[in-house]
Amino acid sequence: MLRLDNVVTHYGNIQALKGISLEINQGEIVTVIGANGAGKTTTLKAICGLVSISSGKIFFRGKDITGKPTSDIVGSGIAMVPEGRRVFPRMTVLENLQLGGYLNGDKNLIRKDLERVFELFPILKQRLKQIAGTLSGGEQQMLAIGRALMARPKLLLLDEPSMGLAPMIVSNIFDIIQEINQSGTTILLVEQNAHMALSIAHKGYVIETGRIVLEDTAKNLLNNEQVKKAYLGE
Amino acid sequence: MFFSQFFAQVVNGLTLGSTYALIALGYTMVYGILELINFAHSEIYMTGAFIGLMAVTVYKLPFAAALLAGMAGACMLGVIIEKVAYRPLRKANRIAPLISAIGVSIFLQNAALLAMGPQARAFPANFSAPGLNLGIIQISPLQLLILIISIFLMVGLHFLIQKTKIGQAMRATAQDKETAQLMGIKIDRVISFTFAIGSALGGAAGVLVGVYFNSADPMMGFFPGLKGFVAAVLGGIGNIPGAMVGGLILGLAEVLGAVYMSQYKDAIAFAVLILILLFKPTGLMGRRVQEKV
Repeated sequence: MLRLDNVVTHYGNIQALKGISLEINQGEIVTVIGANGAGKTTTLKAICGLVSISSGKIFFRGKDITGKPTSDIVGSGIAMVPEGRRVFPRMTVLENLQLGGYLNGDKNLIRKDLERVFELFPILKQRLKQIAGTLSGGEQQMLAIGRALMARPKLLLLDEPSMGLAPMIVSNIFDIIQEINQSGTTILLVEQNAHMALSIAHKGYVIETGRIVLEDTAKNLLNNEQVKKAYLGE
Repeated sequence: MFFSQFFAQVVNGLTLGSTYALIALGYTMVYGILELINFAHSEIYMTGAFIGLMAVTVYKLPFAAALLAGMAGACMLGVIIEKVAYRPLRKANRIAPLISAIGVSIFLQNAALLAMGPQARAFPANFSAPGLNLGIIQISPLQLLILIISIFLMVGLHFLIQKTKIGQAMRATAQDKETAQLMGIKIDRVISFTFAIGSALGGAAGVLVGVYFNSADPMMGFFPGLKGFVAAVLGGIGNIPGAMVGGLILGLAEVLGAVYMSQYKDAIAFAVLILILLFKPTGLMGRRVQEKV
């Protein structure tokens, strides 16, 4: 479904991604784990066209999307939940969700999608008129995921959904990620919380300083001695 | 006697203030979305006035058509300025677009000097409308027209920003450009649109003030431009209702202040700016810059 082919990016003169290749098949949850600054977020931004790619190619559903504007990439079926949630803080919950469906012109469809989001996150329905900046961290994360779902993505990119949240809320969010996946959305999940991520993923990549250093099924990675030592704290 | 004079001054102040508010909106909208003070806005206002003047004097158009022509011309100029002078510098150091803005401002002033000559021209708009007599308050037809047009434009802007899809996209872009892109918003288009609307309002102010004072000249943008900027800061830069309120307050302060010390009329605006920066730098309706978590 999504394939990255030796993708290189730069921030100024510094090479951030030094040739990332990865592949995600339809219906999978794939996770990229790694330390701070390893290039996880940059990988997601490269997919969305938010950072420019120096060399390499990105294919989505067979089409080359390298260098395409972000609005086209989003329009082709990729939605992202950015790191730190990034809800629009001075807009209401409803407006945030409406913006998620920005490219979707049909009002009836938007209403239907809203209902689906409320099924996943009933709390958002109660908070509809509330200003998003005043929500709790967990609610903001739910809003950010709900907003991304409003775009009807075929592929959902999640950047550190566990960041800064209480463990109970994290496990709640991860349940919902699995639920979203089971209803047909392919997921690319970037996480520092390697244990949580590998426990729900089918496949995993380990990224270190801009390079993929390991690639295996999530189950194997959970039992990999190297991974255990470096990322699972065992 | 005292009251009728007082109310006459209030009407004058609101009339002047509503034009400041229109100018202030252009500053505040652009600042809200790009964090840039568009110093060329004064000249967009001046250009609007001259286009309106030409429409009335050379082409003998009615006032309404002149107003629309002034707005359309200013709108196009604003969009071009953004494309030529600011967009290439979007990723540059913050000081670069500011210098570019001042450069555009000087360029346009001199282009107008070259094209129109340095002397002020009369702005004879022929329109007839009844004035308003509310007992002790008398409003001249011209004042009434300016107030009605300004209020109409501001209400329209509020509706556009709060209730339409493009308005929602503008607010989203102002709050977080990167995330706005992730929603599928084409932010370059939204920024162009913001310049278009802000400049059209500035152009409208130019035509209205040109008619009000029956005069237009290449340097006419300087003081109203600065005062529009003060009004925007007074209301809280980046805040749209703030710019409207700031403009009206500044107009009132200036006119009422001038009753007692007419030689300091222009100084009042800058005294207000200094006081605001000292005591409430975020402006009356501005908010603190939120820290990113």
